[in-house]
Amino acid sequence: MRIKLEKRENITRTLSITVTLFSVLAAMTFIGLIFQVIGINPVLAYIMIFYGSLGDIYGLSETIVKTIPILLCSTGLAVAFRAAMFNIGAEGQLLMGAIASTYIALYVIPNSQSIIIIPLMFIMGFTAGALWALIPAILKTKLSVNEVITTLMMNYIAEQLTMYLTTGPWRGVELWGFPYTENIPAQAYLPCISGTRIHYPTLIIGLCAAALIYVFTSRSKIGYEIRVVGGSREAARYAGISYVRVALITMTISGGLAGVAGVGEVAGIHHRLSPFKISSGYGYTAIIAAWLGKLNPIVALVASFFIGTLLVGGDILQVKLNLPYATVNIFNGVILLFIIGGELLLRYRVKVIM
Amino acid sequence: MIGDVESLLNAALRVSTPLLFATLGEIYTEKSGVINLGLEGIMAMGALTAFSITLLTGNIIFGVIAATIIGGIMGFIHAFMSIALRANQIVSGLAITMLGLGISELIGRIHYTGVPLPQRLPIIPIPYLSNILIFGPLLFNHDPLTYLSLILAFAMWFILFKTKAGIIIRAVGENPFAADTIGINVYIVRYLCTVIGGMLTGLGGAYLSVVYRPAFQPGMTAGLGWIAVALTIFALWSPLRAIFGAALFGGLRALEFRLQPLGIPPNIVATLPYLFTIIVLTIGTRGIVRRIVEAPSSLGVPYVRGEK
Amino acid sequence: MGNNVLVRMHNITKKFPGVLANDRVNFELKAGEIHALVGENGAGKTTLMNILYGIYQPDDGEIYIRGRRAVIKSPKEAIKLGIGMVHQHFTLISTLTVAENIILGETSTRLIAPIRDVENRIRRISESYGLKVNPKARIWELSVGERQKVEIIKTLYREAEILILDEPTSVLTPIETVELFRVLRRMAGEGRGIVFITHKLDEVLAIGNRATILRRGRVVGTVDVGKTCREELAEMMIGRKVIANKYSKKSIVGSTILKIEDLCVNDDKGLEAVKNISLQISGGEILGIAGIAGNGQRELAEAIAGLRRVKHGRIVLDGEEITNVDVKKVIEKGVAYIPEDRISMGIVSDLNIAENIILRKYRYKPYSNNLFLNFKFINSFSAELIDKFNIIASSINTPVKLLSGGNIQKLILARELSGNPKLIIAVNPTAGLDIVATDYVRRKLIEMRNNGKAILLVSEDLEEIVSLSDRIVVMYGGRITGILKPEDVSVEKIGLLMTGGRSEN
Repeated sequence: MRIKLEKRENITRTLSITVTLFSVLAAMTFIGLIFQVIGINPVLAYIMIFYGSLGDIYGLSETIVKTIPILLCSTGLAVAFRAAMFNIGAEGQLLMGAIASTYIALYVIPNSQSIIIIPLMFIMGFTAGALWALIPAILKTKLSVNEVITTLMMNYIAEQLTMYLTTGPWRGVELWGFPYTENIPAQAYLPCISGTRIHYPTLIIGLCAAALIYVFTSRSKIGYEIRVVGGSREAARYAGISYVRVALITMTISGGLAGVAGVGEVAGIHHRLSPFKISSGYGYTAIIAAWLGKLNPIVALVASFFIGTLLVGGDILQVKLNLPYATVNIFNGVILLFIIGGELLLRYRVKVIM
Repeated sequence: MIGDVESLLNAALRVSTPLLFATLGEIYTEKSGVINLGLEGIMAMGALTAFSITLLTGNIIFGVIAATIIGGIMGFIHAFMSIALRANQIVSGLAITMLGLGISELIGRIHYTGVPLPQRLPIIPIPYLSNILIFGPLLFNHDPLTYLSLILAFAMWFILFKTKAGIIIRAVGENPFAADTIGINVYIVRYLCTVIGGMLTGLGGAYLSVVYRPAFQPGMTAGLGWIAVALTIFALWSPLRAIFGAALFGGLRALEFRLQPLGIPPNIVATLPYLFTIIVLTIGTRGIVRRIVEAPSSLGVPYVRGEK
Repeated sequence: MGNNVLVRMHNITKKFPGVLANDRVNFELKAGEIHALVGENGAGKTTLMNILYGIYQPDDGEIYIRGRRAVIKSPKEAIKLGIGMVHQHFTLISTLTVAENIILGETSTRLIAPIRDVENRIRRISESYGLKVNPKARIWELSVGERQKVEIIKTLYREAEILILDEPTSVLTPIETVELFRVLRRMAGEGRGIVFITHKLDEVLAIGNRATILRRGRVVGTVDVGKTCREELAEMMIGRKVIANKYSKKSIVGSTILKIEDLCVNDDKGLEAVKNISLQISGGEILGIAGIAGNGQRELAEAIAGLRRVKHGRIVLDGEEITNVDVKKVIEKGVAYIPEDRISMGIVSDLNIAENIILRKYRYKPYSNNLFLNFKFINSFSAELIDKFNIIASSINTPVKLLSGGNIQKLILARELSGNPKLIIAVNPTAGLDIVATDYVRRKLIEMRNNGKAILLVSEDLEEIVSLSDRIVVMYGGRITGILKPEDVSVEKIGLLMTGGRSEN
């Protein structure tokens, strides 16, 4: 018996969706098996996850809360990946946005009105994230330095920076043994939908960004340039498209949106800066959402929501079944593996020859 | 003062051991044309496995071997995704990192955080040599695994550049089509190298939890796996240069807390290895552009026979 | 030359998606003979030999080596049977040394190799056959001709009795070709059998004992070289009487479209590749640049197209200076560029046909308005071009990577030629294309010429240059060594110019 791989001639959208769904289902089945092995009833676990995240208003709102930063980051990543800029640094860019907004709220204009503080926080958050992404971007475009590693290293540096600030110059109160900054002033709090933690300004920014970027990548000149650069740098040169310009723009957007996500987490949820609670790996999770969404911002939006449900599910597992939050990482890893494995089915027809 | 420097250099060499193991492994993997970004996750799993098996069996050696095997299995998964399934190698590596970090944290947090390890690896001073002034205690007063890493570096260098096996590996990474035409099985060579890379990384992780600390803590790899990837490029894919690079980074790591009394916050020093990696990568890449070096041309590209 | 049959291929059939590469082919090789396998690009010669060498498996038919049936599943098995092959694209690892490359294919050497022994044996072989090569040299240091010598030494090292050479002279100077023939005759004299794949009839007559002609995957016939002549071979190869002047050219008097003065351009390594070149092309003229690859032609073409910086000198297009102007401007001013690297530069393989058609002009009206692309126009224009240029595809949304080489080139032509360019630069436009596509491309270029366009044609295919050009410029070492009219071309003269001799002009 031999297995022969024949390259597919045409990949229809239906096939693409089917294979992706199948991959996700297969991944979840596999994880179900892992649950079984460590003594947890998988069916029970999944019911808990989905009921908890979608079954009631509270769960749904929490899911949306978790979706917001993933949505923002994955939209930005979809753009960057399209241009073949593998930005693994959304995590650090998010932290830099958080730092920037904390700085504004606590030390720059703590006594101003909401109408000034909030937009300023968003602007500075975007800028901080964008700049953090631009450093590896410049190294890549001018010096050909691999951006996967540099963006990653910037994550660790941002993490250390956050720890330094919260334990050092910005040290505020200590709660349950963990260092935090002071609370940001009430005027800097983002408004939420009543009864929930959904900080809707960030949500609106995220949805608008996804829509805008979708339109721009598929229909505009710059979107076309991004796709050409991502497809072939040589062809881009031949077409007179500036690789540098495209790379810098995509990284700016990518880093900026991640920075905005950071602002949302600080000003909308925690209301203070702390190294441990701000980002629980949203930057990395967003990579999966973007990949799952096939680098299409609208599909990535759906994927982000799906992952949001898994994250809330992870919280529930932690509370009800005493599993550490790290389980989410396992989910992410397995899903990603199954998706890229499934991509094989997408690109090739598998023939079994007896 | 000399004692301080000595203890610093000593610590540097010890931290560099896990780095060196992982880097040596990744050098072989990349030389054959596969890029494995899953090192961080594999190292974490290696740390967990070594710790738990050592605790279980009471014997460090079993723990270390188990970690090596687990590393090999994870390397195999990456090889399977990259070679058989022709997946995007960067994404596959990331997935394995997440998986490895997740599983090790899951099991580690529940069972092993805060648990002490009664077993220890002995420090074996080499007779006569370890008494040489200054360098003696520095180079010849270590545990067996550190010695192993140095011996391996030399052995792997020799194999890679002076034997037929090494020629085959380099050929596969440089021009898989040509290698295939000559009759070399490109796929098997790549599988082997990726698995070896995983094994050595697992071994590096074992060192962390069983010798360096020794303890298990989620997140204890702290980016070492990623630094190993950078080191592979910095060392220009040569096992001997990897020794130098690993020692350099080990030194930076060791500096972290020693500078605190001087008023330099440890967090800032902690950024140094990562900062340095970026700098080193920048310099290394520029050098590459200028000369014909050992960067494997087919790195990251799946090989398919007969496909244009 | 005895009656000893080394290889017999019987009824070999091989199919690829969309093309029948070998159709019931019968082929035979005797000991001590040089057997030429002749045919045009795409006739199936390389495929047949790749089957013999184990790279492909035949769909039907059998192979007999020295009278015994052999199923050759991989190159390794072919090597064991004593078959050696020198491919068109060398299978050498450039970062390794000569000796290391030869060790690679050795099944006998243990894993720890005594390199010195290998080096010595290489030296003996190279001295014995007059193939001078330093076993310690790294491949990237060697010239193309020297690399081919290494390939041949590889086969001699393994004591191959059956040697296959795929278009070996395409990368050699005329002098190196003579040397190669000497070595081959010597090897045949020792009783080896040699298959010599070529589409150059002069070579068949010069060195072959027998010749088998393939056309469109089928054997047209096997002849004794001594008993045939050039015209007969050509007729068998092409299938119709060869007309010397295949393309009808109008006589056109056009103004000077392109003028280059004293141009100096560097290559990727920073060395001077184009040294003080001056030339001009008028409208309605095809200027052919002949020369062996690597003598500055590519850098010259890229510089004119705006893709490479000019160090010194001027480029003037229709009276306007475009030296070192951004490539966007050059496109705007009416320069079309058909690149040599079709796949990596000429198209973006993941995008579809429509998206590739707009590659160079997307920023202008009516392809786009302000920020957004005008899909209505783009789609209708693409559909129009697919029709006009006869591109075979199911729709304008088909991803380009699924198209055949010929269709991709047609796409590039459609894009570049439809914008009413003043100057068309084409580099190796028919490389790797089958006969039909090659003919199409050449006819299109003539059509453009007849419409008053200026065309700069860079090609390694001498026959192409001679049949298309109005004037021929020969380049060697970055300089022009001679300017000829196609009628005045002879193999000796052009060979001399291509290798550095100067013409009497």
